[in-house]
Amino acid sequence: MCTYLTEKIAVAGSGKGASGWFTLTDATVYLDHPVHAPAEHTLNIDFLNPASGPSARVAVELTAESARALVRAIEATLQSAPAGLA
Amino acid sequence: MNEALIAETISITGHGGDEIEAYLARPLGQDSFGGVVVIHHMPGYDSSTKEITRKFAAHGYAALMPNLYYREAPGASPDDAAATARAQGGVPDERLVGDVAGAAAHLRALDGSNGKAGVIGYCSGGRQSFLAACSMPLEAAVDCYGAFVVGSPPEGMPLKVGPIAHLAPSLSCPLLGLFGADDQYPSPQQVDELAKILTEAGKEHEFHSYEGAGHAFFSVDRPAYRVEAANDGWQKIWDFYGRFLAG
Repeated sequence: MCTYLTEKIAVAGSGKGASGWFTLTDATVYLDHPVHAPAEHTLNIDFLNPASGPSARVAVELTAESARALVRAIEATLQSAPAGLA
Repeated sequence: MNEALIAETISITGHGGDEIEAYLARPLGQDSFGGVVVIHHMPGYDSSTKEITRKFAAHGYAALMPNLYYREAPGASPDDAAATARAQGGVPDERLVGDVAGAAAHLRALDGSNGKAGVIGYCSGGRQSFLAACSMPLEAAVDCYGAFVVGSPPEGMPLKVGPIAHLAPSLSCPLLGLFGADDQYPSPQQVDELAKILTEAGKEHEFHSYEGAGHAFFSVDRPAYRVEAANDGWQKIWDFYGRFLAG
């Protein structure tokens, strides 16, 4: 089967999809076979607005190593922000 | 056989009388042909499965692939539709059966149909192929690495499906199973268990497990592709359908 553990969270922000910018309400994170990335499995993130339909989606497929590097970069960026900004 | 074919997007009547999108490929210049319902994999109604559908037509079968995610995502790109269906836990079994029954009826009603209809499914479609063949009269069924015919999805997996091996006594036709020995969904143990259940039920089946191949070894556009397994698997399919569906 092609599906494994899925984490689903509510998010606030915006994403840019095939039809331009839209408001994000949800994100899902899961390990699965990718659609496009040349790997057997990837860490996939979908930024979504289900109320706007299936095409309101920004998708990324990252190797596990890349996904961990992204997590570190996000944490480092947030921690280095001046007090009160993040 | 001159391999001439026509392929097009059509509308068929699926479960509950719903009109759903489907992709039909059929041979040209052939007096009589069998029909194959192609059940797409979890990633959806995509170009690679349309290619598979055309391949059946090139080999002399009318092939019809219903878009199982059409209701959730009409007009969406296949990957967006698949993400939506995935988040909702996959296709309900009852709806799948209705959609395949509608597709089989459409194939049998085509001019030139020999009245026979088979089914083939990949990945999640492998399980659904078995489910369909246990739920309606068909002439031949192929299960390509379908998980959870035996066994349940692990905790945390969003897929809302359960094991269906207990339906084996209702299997309406011979079953060809093609599996990867390195696959974990289904695992070789689960494949063996299904074979045992079918034998005990007195159901005709033919299973092949390929060493060095895992899940999705037929997928030519993915790293999982295994050329030797896929080539041999296609030969097994032509032989199997040739015996039960052709003519």
